[in-house]
Amino acid sequence: MTRPTTPTAGAATGATELPPSALVRERTRAAWLFLTPTLVAMALVAGWPLARTFWFAFSDANLTDMAAAQFVGLASLQSVLEDPDWWTTVWTTFRFALVSVSLETVLGLIIALALNAKFPGRGMLRAAVLVPWAIPTVVSARMWAWMFNDIYGVINAMFLSVGLISEPLAWTAEPELSLLAVVAVDVWKTTPFMALLILAALQMLPGDIYEAAKIDGAGPIRVFFQVTLPLLKGPLMVAVIFRMLDALRVFDIFFVLTGGSTDTMPMAGYSRQRMFEYQEIGVGSASAALLFVIIALFTTVYMVVGRVKLGGEA
Amino acid sequence: MKKVLAGLVAVVALATPGLARAEKLVIACGSVGKEADLCKQGAEAWAKKAGHTVELMSVPQDAGQQLAQFQQLLAAGSSDVDVIRIDVVWPGLMANHFVDLKPYFPDDVLSQHFEPIVKNNTVNGKLIAIPWFTDAGLLYYRTDLLEKHGQKPPTTWQELAASAKAVLDAEKKAGNSKLVGFVFQGKAYEGLTCNALEWIDSFKGGTIVDQSGQVTVNNPKAVEAITFFAGLVGNVVPKGVLNYQEEEARNAFQAGNAVFMRNWPYAWSLANSKDSPVAGKVAVMALPKGGPDGKSTGTLGGWQLGVSKYSKNEKLAAELVKYLTSAEEQKRRAIEGSFNPTIKSLYKDADLLKANPFMGNLYETFVNAVPRPTITGAKYNQVSTEFRNSVYSTLSGKGKAADNLKKVETKLKSLGKDGKW
Repeated sequence: MTRPTTPTAGAATGATELPPSALVRERTRAAWLFLTPTLVAMALVAGWPLARTFWFAFSDANLTDMAAAQFVGLASLQSVLEDPDWWTTVWTTFRFALVSVSLETVLGLIIALALNAKFPGRGMLRAAVLVPWAIPTVVSARMWAWMFNDIYGVINAMFLSVGLISEPLAWTAEPELSLLAVVAVDVWKTTPFMALLILAALQMLPGDIYEAAKIDGAGPIRVFFQVTLPLLKGPLMVAVIFRMLDALRVFDIFFVLTGGSTDTMPMAGYSRQRMFEYQEIGVGSASAALLFVIIALFTTVYMVVGRVKLGGEA
Repeated sequence: MKKVLAGLVAVVALATPGLARAEKLVIACGSVGKEADLCKQGAEAWAKKAGHTVELMSVPQDAGQQLAQFQQLLAAGSSDVDVIRIDVVWPGLMANHFVDLKPYFPDDVLSQHFEPIVKNNTVNGKLIAIPWFTDAGLLYYRTDLLEKHGQKPPTTWQELAASAKAVLDAEKKAGNSKLVGFVFQGKAYEGLTCNALEWIDSFKGGTIVDQSGQVTVNNPKAVEAITFFAGLVGNVVPKGVLNYQEEEARNAFQAGNAVFMRNWPYAWSLANSKDSPVAGKVAVMALPKGGPDGKSTGTLGGWQLGVSKYSKNEKLAAELVKYLTSAEEQKRRAIEGSFNPTIKSLYKDADLLKANPFMGNLYETFVNAVPRPTITGAKYNQVSTEFRNSVYSTLSGKGKAADNLKKVETKLKSLGKDGKW
């Protein structure tokens, strides 16, 4: 196998500034050719809507008459920033994201470690763990909404019978409890995803280090904290950022599970309300753009502080 | 022989212009309770008669979400739906997207309907929808439980709270731990606006925004009303109500788990259906007054049928609307689903009154129902959302009614400056 790994890599390593060979140019062209359909599709389904949202964010577009939209500069953005309801939703979303992703990471790590051990039926179990992740979010949220029902829900029945609570709780109605309920459903649903990512990383860890640790007489807990965890740090950070991005733009679980007031609304819910319930596409788009900026900012800070390299080894 | 006949029919059909093609219409009607079934039966009956086909578009139960769905479809100029069922508070919001139905409905047809509804559906001289059924909030109660514990049907909300408490205490002692006192629609959606408007109006605290467009939501009577109801939550009203829409309330009541329920007329036929555990043990009355000096009231609801401007079959769609809003169809829907007709003469129909005695007794409630502040026009939805969010906060224990209503007042005043919406 004498092929260069990628066409561009071959070109870049030419320290002596040789012009790229015909073969390399040919390969580069082919690469672009193969990429074109994807790029066009991406531009159509992601680029165009995103650009349009940004344009609307600077307009006073209204659903009742979209053609009359006019450029209003930062006015729409300002009305979002001045709305205390928007900041309530930002706070709710961050609380939700931080709590649920932390829980998912810890639980995912534990499950991944368990699944990494050799035992009969491991393959079956690995597949079974994925079931919650495979169920569409709306379906699982609906399912949990029934389980959380205050009168005939199974959760209240269970807790009452073991004496954890003395009277039925309205899980999805009270703002504080419903955030708890939403976190519980999200953890239930997404821990398998986390576990799978971590498991994949665990299987890449070199066995010789563990042998060395064993010879040195390190116990299992010491091995975990001093060998496994440092080696896992890179993949773990990447997995966490994946989940954070997902959690910050959460919409469906809240929409299905909670009472729908501002007290229990994520940022995406706020955008939807402004756009479609109030018909204010302009202001709604401004908040959607802001949501995008907040997520981008958070990701950048996270990557800089955590020194995560998405491209290569961390 | 059959083949020859079929051939003949085909030849005739081809030769007669305008008769030949069977068109497909799409109608969006409701999905609460039996609505979808009744709508389907009605639409199919028309389709069979007219030789066309009608498809139902699925819509969410929550009216606010339906509105969002329609707004998106209509703003995109989509011809995917021909006939749309619209709420009594929507005409001001979506008039642009509807066909003027005046040419299809002569005055003598329109004058059979309740006049205020026809007026409500006329925006800038354009008749955008035909009344289909009307609604007002009603109080349902369990006759068996009230009798058993020596309680009378309540005339005021305070009496309701007291009798609910009495029944609840006695039943809890007897081991009925699932029973709750009173259920209504408490989720932060349009239904809560309807419920809370009834509370305030029954305490004589006005209608959020008055007829002239002035914001009146923050007044001592309104504060008293919301404070009173916030005090019931966690008491005779289960906290879970804060996530209830119509169907959740009905499920609790129909399963026998609630003494009182506030709901629309549709719940009557379902609560009394064959497989309902409370069939025959339910009575319905006008909502209680807010104290001895209060008044009995109910929020005006109801739905209309309009034809989308983007429909490719405007004429046929108007015919479908004509059929569905006709006296026969309204009567059928009233008997089978207890949907209140909008045609005045039907309230004297013996069959209809036999199936729904309350439609006769409570005629005044329906005629004098309190309308939501539609003077706010295109901003109605924002007004409603601000109002219900503040009520929701108060009910869930976040802040006092006085403070929350004051905040709404400020917001509404900035939305509609000097009463101009």
